[in-house]
Amino acid sequence: MGAGHAHPLHLDHDSRLHRLPAEVKIVATLLFTIVVVITPREKFIAFAGYALLLVGVVVLAKVPPLWLAKRATIELPFVLLAIALPFAGHGERVDWLGMSLSIDGLHGAWNIFAKGTLGVLASLLLAATTTARDLLLGLDRLRCPQVFTQIATFMLRYLDILADDARRMRVARLSRGYDPRFLWQVKAFAVGVGALFIRSYERGERVYLAMVARGYSGRLPRPEGAGATTADWVRSATLPIAAGAIALVAVLA
Amino acid sequence: MNGVAMHIANGIVNAQVSAIFAAVAAAALAICVWRGRADLDDRLAPMAGLVAAFIFAVQMLNFQVLPGVSGHLLGGTLAVVLVGPWVGALCVSTVLIIQCLLFADGGLTALGLNITNMALVGTAAGYLLVAGLLRILPKTPRGVAITAFVASVVSVVIASQMFVIEYALGGTTELNLTTIAGTMAGAHVLIGIGEGLIAAVTVATVARVRPDLVYALRRFRKTASPVPAVPAPAVGGVA
Repeated sequence: MGAGHAHPLHLDHDSRLHRLPAEVKIVATLLFTIVVVITPREKFIAFAGYALLLVGVVVLAKVPPLWLAKRATIELPFVLLAIALPFAGHGERVDWLGMSLSIDGLHGAWNIFAKGTLGVLASLLLAATTTARDLLLGLDRLRCPQVFTQIATFMLRYLDILADDARRMRVARLSRGYDPRFLWQVKAFAVGVGALFIRSYERGERVYLAMVARGYSGRLPRPEGAGATTADWVRSATLPIAAGAIALVAVLA
Repeated sequence: MNGVAMHIANGIVNAQVSAIFAAVAAAALAICVWRGRADLDDRLAPMAGLVAAFIFAVQMLNFQVLPGVSGHLLGGTLAVVLVGPWVGALCVSTVLIIQCLLFADGGLTALGLNITNMALVGTAAGYLLVAGLLRILPKTPRGVAITAFVASVVSVVIASQMFVIEYALGGTTELNLTTIAGTMAGAHVLIGIGEGLIAAVTVATVARVRPDLVYALRRFRKTASPVPAVPAPAVGGVA
């Protein structure tokens, strides 16, 4: 996480989506996900429409499909749940390939799979095109309470400090010829966790006081005039509006 | 990043119930912001960030409970002991919001549910236990460690049962609720023990080295006997 700019899911290159201000992307993703979730699960065609919309977004964001697919495996536990549902569900059952499957369970499985996948893909696209710094700036511009953005800013900075200090302590322990890996050596791990916390805190406290001394007042400086323009809002609104139109057509049809 | 999703995803609980819990979470967080602002001074601001980062890191450890339902450490009790209930709830919710937006973990529409379970119910239960236990137990590092352990185990189980209540209200598929409740409770007792050990060790070290940083001990500062501010060589008796 180089200086808090990138994060593991960020795809560092330039595209129209990368250049859009974060606040419009957050709102568009939220609205799109809400439309997906409230769509009745039997409207299969609507979900195909949403998937097509996301394909459009992928093309615009120039995100390699394989890159996206690899990261979408985060959803796997819920896919497993979806597979279990037809067997565990109640109600009317059908026989398929000699297995007795619950119809409600099948619908439930489809529901979780479709809505979960579309939601994860939308979130991944937001993460891929937005740096941590921009996301916090976007939340700040959306009038998110300052306490949140302040805690989140520190959290993202501290994650690096924690990882760094943990690595340093491990190297120090190994270089002294100690490598605890058995249960009866758990005390070394436990002491390490406590020490890691204190060390990171004291390092972070120094950083914080240095920030305060340089005029930090709970909010990072915003670049002047870089907020979203009406054109940005209109452009990003096409995704949720198109999704809403698909939902409306599917429900009315 | 080869993590897996741990929080409730979109489409597990229906839209109406999700909306209700989103409203509940928003209202409760507004109260936390209002009360927490007074707490957030020069000492607590970096601590809140570090607690959030720590929780973020420990939430990476997660265990499969049922297919699709995994359990993980919550960190609410640790937050309560170190930064108090209001900022603690804000820390956990910040973690959940960032996980949702930057790491695609937990559905955007399920954010209200996840915040209610982990940031509100988990921390509230933890806080009540911590406040109650510290009245009885000695206000020493060991006493705080035992408090953190017990409060972690109980609050994690209570938070896991909130999911069962939400599923009962708006689960998108009929499942046997007693089974879910039993499995979730059983798994989360084990997770709670793991979480309790981590919280106890961390809190004991902080209470020993920097007792001024332990929020839960603030109330007792005038009456409590001064805790030696010398770094102890080892954390004895808690792990």
